[in-house]
Amino acid sequence: MTSPSPSPILKTSHLLGIEGLSAPEVTGLLDLGESYVAQSRAANKKAALLKGRTLINLFFEASTRTQSSFELAGKRLGADVLNMSVKTSSVSKGETLIDTASTLNAMRPDILVVRHQDSGAAELLSRKLDCSVINAGDGAHEHPTQALLDALTIRRRTGRIEGLTVAICGDILHSRVARSNIRLLAMLGARVRLIAPRTLLPCEAERFGVDIFTDMKQGLAGVDIVMMLRLQLERMSGAFVPSTREYFRFYGLDREKLSCAKSGALVMHPGPMNRGVEIASDIADDLDVSLISEQVEMGVAIRMAVLDALARGLS
Amino acid sequence: MTVPNGKSGRLAFRNARLIDPASGFDIKGGLLVENGRIADIGPRLFNDAEPRDPEIIDCRGLVLAPGLIDCRVFTGEPGSEHRETLASASDAAAAGGVTTIVTMPNTNPVIDEPSLVDFIRRRAQATAKVNVAPMAALTQRLAGETMTEIGLLQEAGAVAFTDGDRTVANARVMRRALSYAATFDALVAGHAEDPELVQGAASTESEFATRLGLPAAPALAEAIIVERDIRLVELTGARYHFGQISTRAALDAIAAAKAKGLPITCGVSAHHLLLNELDVGAYYTFRKVKPPLRAETDRAAMVEGVANGTIDVIVSSHEPQGADTKRQTFASAAFGAVGLETLLPAALNLHHNGDADLMRILASLTIAPAKLLGLPGGRLAKGAPADLALIDIDEPFVVDERALHSRARNTAFEGRKFQGRAQMTFVGGECVFSRVD
Repeated sequence: MTSPSPSPILKTSHLLGIEGLSAPEVTGLLDLGESYVAQSRAANKKAALLKGRTLINLFFEASTRTQSSFELAGKRLGADVLNMSVKTSSVSKGETLIDTASTLNAMRPDILVVRHQDSGAAELLSRKLDCSVINAGDGAHEHPTQALLDALTIRRRTGRIEGLTVAICGDILHSRVARSNIRLLAMLGARVRLIAPRTLLPCEAERFGVDIFTDMKQGLAGVDIVMMLRLQLERMSGAFVPSTREYFRFYGLDREKLSCAKSGALVMHPGPMNRGVEIASDIADDLDVSLISEQVEMGVAIRMAVLDALARGLS
Repeated sequence: MTVPNGKSGRLAFRNARLIDPASGFDIKGGLLVENGRIADIGPRLFNDAEPRDPEIIDCRGLVLAPGLIDCRVFTGEPGSEHRETLASASDAAAAGGVTTIVTMPNTNPVIDEPSLVDFIRRRAQATAKVNVAPMAALTQRLAGETMTEIGLLQEAGAVAFTDGDRTVANARVMRRALSYAATFDALVAGHAEDPELVQGAASTESEFATRLGLPAAPALAEAIIVERDIRLVELTGARYHFGQISTRAALDAIAAAKAKGLPITCGVSAHHLLLNELDVGAYYTFRKVKPPLRAETDRAAMVEGVANGTIDVIVSSHEPQGADTKRQTFASAAFGAVGLETLLPAALNLHHNGDADLMRILASLTIAPAKLLGLPGGRLAKGAPADLALIDIDEPFVVDERALHSRARNTAFEGRKFQGRAQMTFVGGECVFSRVD
């Protein structure tokens, strides 16, 4: 348990993206997240910080790990958690997002966690609702808690983020994880590289202050951290890459490509993984290099930190 | 002159007029071949002493040039071996002074799989007497919908990516394919005819086509795609080659794109350099080619494009067709004409007419395609493969379809009087064709 710090960690009442956060805010969240790791590992995981508060998980896109991670985080802090998924909500009956917002608002939640397939959905809801809104992924825009948990995972392993070289590899075009990570890592002083075929690189990506590579071995040379992204298989027919076997051959992380990175380089993946598409199984399962399970654990801790930080601002 | 058997590993050419468009030299001299490669070359080679080689070829002043590289060859293997095999196409190539044929993927099955590129290379190795460099499909099954495995196909040995004589109609698919190809620095070779606009057409819209009552499409069907693809190249940075163009509008657009520094090149077929729409005459199906023959002004523009270098390569667009596909009415006959054996004579026609200089013409048949596709031949240089054509540039002859080596006889130049053709052809130092007994 952390005692409330004298000054609030977050200056805003929402967490919509890494964009708009300052380095002290991010560091504050990471420090707070660190303290929740211990609580999550303790036999009694429960705290009363959010007792009496209502947290709604509103997921328009299917998600197992993010949704359950927020649910656990909320419950461990003592909140009442309500999960709403699109299948059971009236959105599937044609209600607009703003109508949904007003309906939810009338239920007086304290915190709304939202995932939506369209960029800007969390921001829209934050303007229509009286509660705090946490963006759990909007379109190809941002997924701030993923970037925070990645940063916490890295920091715990390497002791720092500043000065590291991090390669983000794969489907960057469609990835909100990549966009949030680029912003956060750059903010904390890491050098970021993007590695992808040109079809999966967003337009003007170099303007983000990153180095771009289309050859994975060149891109991995000397990196400390390799962040793999999920190839969104549902987009394969959209002809961004010709086949999964070709993708794996040139952009899948295997031992040979990983050997180009700095020795001792660590591998991350936001999940869910496509084994044999973007990552070889033996790497994913190698506990010496893979941080994948640790990321999941840090996910709960960092979300507790975010809920905590936002709760301090609740009236 | 005697025919060497080429087995000794050493071969000396004396008294040759050596023309190498790569370096621009045109000199009298000799050339020595060792173990399939050019070992030495120069004006004074063999002057001091007779070469002590078992095989000496006295060129008697004929031109010794790099063997031709034909960037656009359709064969029937696999799938239509009755029209042409890699072996029969290579016979025709050798007879035409062509030492490398670049094959199109428009076969059955389509060459859109790494294992099929491998098949072509193995078959060529086993049966063809000239080099075969396969292009692979740009989209799966040439359907214009999903790009092929450009990376794996390139590793298997595909030299470029093309849907052959098909245009990728969908600009989104083309954009992605170009963008993806740029990832691998792969060359894309496009065909420029708006497929919807030319649907059902057998000729170019004109007074002549109207008089003949032929289904026709406007010539600008070409420029529409050329201009679209130039824009897409600007967006994606892909290396792009227009397999063949046929109109002034396309030429002007490409000249402007090149002036901007875009990585764009283009080719023209011998047919579009020598023939115009009127040559269709009385529904002569052997002159039904794709794209169709154009107006005289367009033909003249093609010649100008070769002369000033806007057009990079001259190709045969060799496309074998049989009686089944050509002995038809003009509208129902298949497109295409064979051309491997008439490529050099047709190109030399520009030289004899004073339309373009010899060096420039030979460059467009040798070093230009070699550079475009990253092939080792196309030059007379120490260490280069001894792929050579011994050419009598003045010898007159009449094209006779019965004398063709190709399995198909659908030449568009039957009965045409030409001047200049290959006398002997060497691939890797081995004589693969000789007109001398």
